Amino acid sequence: MRDVAIASFAQATFERSSKDEVELLVDVITRARAESRLSKSDIGFTCSASCDYLGGRPFSFVSALDAVGAWPPISESHVEMDGAWALYEAWVRLQHGDVDAALVYAFGRSSQGNLNQVLSTQLDPYFLAPLWPEGDSLAGLQARAMIDAGVCSEDEIGSIATPRYGDGAAAMVLVAGPLLERASNAAVIRGIDHRIEAHSIGARDLTRSSSTQLAAEKAGACRRDVDVAVACAPYAYQEILLRRALSLTDRTRFTFLGGNSVYPYIVAGLSSVGEAFAKIASGKALSAVAHATSGPCLQQNLVCLLEVQP
Amino acid sequence: MSERCAVIGVGQTKYAAKRGDLSIAGLVREAAERALADAELRWRDIDAVVIGKAPDMFEGVMMPELYLADALGAVGKPMMRVHTAGSVGGSTAIAASHLVQAGVHERVLTVAFEKQSEGDAMWALSPKYPFQPPLVAGAGGFFAPLIRAYMRRSGAPNDVGVRVAVKDRLNALRNQYAHLQLADISPETVLSSPMLWDPIRYLETCPSSDGACAMVLSNEANAGRTSRPPAWVLGSAVRSEPAVFAGRDQINPRAGADCARDVYRQAGVTDPVREIDVAEIYVPFSWFEPMWLENLGFCEPNFGWRMTLDETTSLSGRLPVNPSGGVLSSNPIGASGMIRFAEAALQVRGMAGEHQVDGARVALGHAYGGASQFFAMWVVGARKP
Repeated sequence: MRDVAIASFAQATFERSSKDEVELLVDVITRARAESRLSKSDIGFTCSASCDYLGGRPFSFVSALDAVGAWPPISESHVEMDGAWALYEAWVRLQHGDVDAALVYAFGRSSQGNLNQVLSTQLDPYFLAPLWPEGDSLAGLQARAMIDAGVCSEDEIGSIATPRYGDGAAAMVLVAGPLLERASNAAVIRGIDHRIEAHSIGARDLTRSSSTQLAAEKAGACRRDVDVAVACAPYAYQEILLRRALSLTDRTRFTFLGGNSVYPYIVAGLSSVGEAFAKIASGKALSAVAHATSGPCLQQNLVCLLEVQP
Repeated sequence: MSERCAVIGVGQTKYAAKRGDLSIAGLVREAAERALADAELRWRDIDAVVIGKAPDMFEGVMMPELYLADALGAVGKPMMRVHTAGSVGGSTAIAASHLVQAGVHERVLTVAFEKQSEGDAMWALSPKYPFQPPLVAGAGGFFAPLIRAYMRRSGAPNDVGVRVAVKDRLNALRNQYAHLQLADISPETVLSSPMLWDPIRYLETCPSSDGACAMVLSNEANAGRTSRPPAWVLGSAVRSEPAVFAGRDQINPRAGADCARDVYRQAGVTDPVREIDVAEIYVPFSWFEPMWLENLGFCEPNFGWRMTLDETTSLSGRLPVNPSGGVLSSNPIGASGMIRFAEAALQVRGMAGEHQVDGARVALGHAYGGASQFFAMWVVGARKP
């Protein structure tokens, strides 16, 4: 395994944007490329993330290519997942050694629909989705399970704040090999791993996030004395589960995406890694852990450990 | 690249218009269990799962990998979902092979599927976008003008598509998994079938299928442990270009040609038509066989139709194309690319059964998608690189 590092990151998040996906992306990709000081031809792999169910249209990633300028043709892939998994695919690709820079981007405009309701189409299509349990309803069940198990009190959870899903786009440039040596202010990915749990919420222990814990262990982030952690908790009560699952030291300063801030679905995980990177690039931290999540009640989680470029 | 990657297991479902006997989970599990059995492995031996399918709107399940985690034995493991339009089956296999080649995992299960009977792909392919002219004609309506342009440019006779349609359906009769089993297929039946999107007739287009395809990919250490021969990945590549811009050659897209060049270079192939023994090429409409033969560098531009007419691409020809029956005989859209990759692997493993090409040592798997703009290819071989 060779070191892969984040060289630059740019994002834009809105409550509701009047720009379309391509317009949002042109802005962040241009900024991320400029900050990396790499030329378009240095980028050997591109990986994007989007979700057709946000815009209610198939192939939302196809027109997004217009923001990249894929001519001459580029080596490119796409995940129908949060952008953090596009980062993962690009990190794997950079291990091959034949290309030394990758562009990762994610975009989504949740404002085009009612995401809380749309998320019920993400469930088992035969036994669960026909009941149309919305995201908020499932979150309520998880919060109740936590209270009943004594994980936390009703007061600690407070009222279940509904996520403020919003619009956004984010872009990141990764470097390795000779391009990493030339980089300044980069943050090296020391470990990255992701794990999934059973789908049915009745089949798992909702009072802990076992897949976050496992991913953190595999990424080498568990019990790590890192300066900052940035985690995705669309619902505020999930902060309690994630703090426990990541099991960092008391010294670590946590930031959560979600709660009272706008949560750009599909973009949030890449944002979390990007914000962790920004803390390191600006000299405010030497090490950081970032977390991304997908699926109902934290079904799937990714953990990434970053350190300042030596 | 630190590790070699081999295909040690292949599993396919029986493809059919409607697999009413199986849920989506049952469908992917049937293919995955067959791939595991072929690889002589159990679920616990798998390190990670990489799944691919075409747009979620085809079945109406958003990010279905979340629901499929249990059926694919992925609980507690890493699971990724790839989506690159029609090329997705190929790019999913390539993303999985990268996990092995990078040394991240030793054994990866990769699966692709579509259950067209549980949705309406034609509807999902024909959305109305703001400020764009509506295309309420599905894929056939989109690709028919490109075929017309190819016919005019190459001077190909009108019956080339008919020949491909007959050849691939005859091949399908040798493949137990193929959806279409048309014992009475002939040039006459194709010519007398309804014209859907001129010049594409009903029997010159692919069916709508339910189905899944799975492969177990492994590193070199584990490839030696099974009794069946592995197929070694000699080269793989993906390329994309924008759907629309002035001057774009949609008949012979540069992304496809670049992708082929890249994959041949990695595999050490300098004269593809001589060095590749068999090709599984993504041909959803009959005329795409000659078009892709040119794009893939098997002949000069405008000469592809001659290879079809002189039977170079028939099962007994110098370069058999789609001995499995191809996309024209089975089209579970998201899986169609992976089936090409898996059939290429079966050929070089000598395990293609009745549609085995004698002495196949090097094979090409090809997939494309979008507006002929996304490409994924690999070359696999019987001999370790």
